Amino acid sequence: MNGGFSEFFNRNDYFLITPAVLLALFGCGILLIDFLHDTRQKFMNALTALVGLSFVAYQLIRIQNQMDAVQMPELAGLNNSLLVDHFAIFFMLVCVAATFISVLISVRYMEIEHENHGEYYALMLFSLLGMYFMITGMDLVTLFIGLETMALSGYVLAGFLRGDKRSNEGAMKYFLLGAFSSGLLAFGFSLLYGISGSTNLQTIAQALGQRSSGDPLASLALLTTVTGLLFKVAAVPFHQWAPDAYEGAPTSITGFLSTGPKAAAFAFLMRILLVGLAPMRDSGWKPMLIAVAIVTMTVGNLAAVTQNNTKRLFAYSSISHVGYILLGLVAGNETGLKGIAVYILVYAFMNLGAFTVLVALRHGNVIGDEIEDLSGLFFRNPGAAVMMLIFLLSLAGIPPMAGFLGKYFIFLSLIETGHTGLAAFAVLYVAVSLYYYMRMTVMMFMREPVEREPLTLSPGIRIALGLTLAGTVIIGLYPEPIIQLATSAILR
Amino acid sequence: MAHEYIPIFIFLAVAGAFPIVTLIAAKLVRPESPFKEKLLPYECGIDPVSDARGRYTVRFYIVAILFVLFDVETVFLFPWAVRFRQLGMFGLAEMVVFLALLIVGYIWVWKKGALEWI
Repeated sequence: MNGGFSEFFNRNDYFLITPAVLLALFGCGILLIDFLHDTRQKFMNALTALVGLSFVAYQLIRIQNQMDAVQMPELAGLNNSLLVDHFAIFFMLVCVAATFISVLISVRYMEIEHENHGEYYALMLFSLLGMYFMITGMDLVTLFIGLETMALSGYVLAGFLRGDKRSNEGAMKYFLLGAFSSGLLAFGFSLLYGISGSTNLQTIAQALGQRSSGDPLASLALLTTVTGLLFKVAAVPFHQWAPDAYEGAPTSITGFLSTGPKAAAFAFLMRILLVGLAPMRDSGWKPMLIAVAIVTMTVGNLAAVTQNNTKRLFAYSSISHVGYILLGLVAGNETGLKGIAVYILVYAFMNLGAFTVLVALRHGNVIGDEIEDLSGLFFRNPGAAVMMLIFLLSLAGIPPMAGFLGKYFIFLSLIETGHTGLAAFAVLYVAVSLYYYMRMTVMMFMREPVEREPLTLSPGIRIALGLTLAGTVIIGLYPEPIIQLATSAILR
Repeated sequence: MAHEYIPIFIFLAVAGAFPIVTLIAAKLVRPESPFKEKLLPYECGIDPVSDARGRYTVRFYIVAILFVLFDVETVFLFPWAVRFRQLGMFGLAEMVVFLALLIVGYIWVWKKGALEWI
């Protein structure tokens, strides 16, 4: 693909940003078309968003095919500030899938909340646009702008229930801590730029490689950057925003925030740590990640035990999953990175599946976010209860489900690299997590229902349940293709 | 390397000393006779009626934010217009894309009624 429009922007650049262009077009389109729909036709916005997401997925696969056709492991564009490789395509597809399922589960929920506006879907697409640049960026500025685009849309989405105090409060906390952590991250980035004189991650890695190991400036840059990154993935002790934001946000958005942006944030973290800060691995960020991972698993799992609000419970459960995923980076070998990719993919399916069931509980005056709201679900809708059980077992990491696979690779990588103590510690916490997941199961199967009438599922929720169940069960039973895909998606 | 920064340090020192010196010099030279009317905040000659930190309607913020948005647009348009010939067709196309995105926002704001002062 030679030739082009100008010396700054050629056909190759355009080809690489087409997914983002599509997202921007569909997002703006939804904003405008929304004025033509009356209140009963608002579901059309969701359909538009789904069509847009399908186009984006198709375009990503086209880019992948182009990569294979020219036999390049990566395609760089926009003066090397963008790098699309198999890693990027894999993570972006996870984000697209997470957004797709979140749109499906939102329609009925937002109708009940009377907040069924087109902006909701447009913001989800804009958020995904930000994720694209977070995942593909190779330049600090591109990465940061992607991060902010994603986060700003997320703040608004978390506060979308304007009449709800909790939603406002959660969004405010999310915004303030998000802004604070972005500032910290920007400070770290500025130091990295000061050290290397370049915003390109590879140049930064070279400059850092020439510094001695105890260099104070490099250490400060590392500390601030890693802290900012850990804020974004909600690792302990930088997790305080997550439970409040997750509790206040509309349930469908809680599902979205805990999967799509989280996957993007991990891709962002891995790109910076494994490319930009690669020379500082052994003496720099690896010990930090070990400590953070241990604390994250401890706080996440133990705090989840006492929660009575399911959204808060899932917030803490999601924090503990972050701990497991960070362990893959601690190991840092091929198995570990493969494990992270598998884990994030599988986590998107099983977590969104569980949230789909929670969203289905919303009707009339019942919000469905208290653990009691699950009681007797088996007698009201046996199918939903059994599926919830499958998702919960998968989240706990019980073998036939896909969740086991992610944990298996992470623990295997720890053992391979000689971190047996850490692996034993992590396995111990799986037992703790089983307790709070099974607490919900007890509610569903062994309690009398508070309400008698059966629970009906909207078409969107049915499709979402089908997709997430297929993801959770099929990947668990026949993992080979996904493992191959994840192996090709290792960041080199 | 370090001596390149010496002018900056001199500048910083002068900038820091200037307000201190002027304040002290003014204090030494000026006559002092404060009285109540003189110390009041000046408000077009009328006695101030309330505290400046009162509450006012949130619509002012919307107007202010919209003003900033569309004002920044002009900031980008100006250098583009100055270098129009050098940037050529590609520059024109980029500016059309930029303006199209802004116009989408403008239509949205208009239709949402944010420009109406209800």
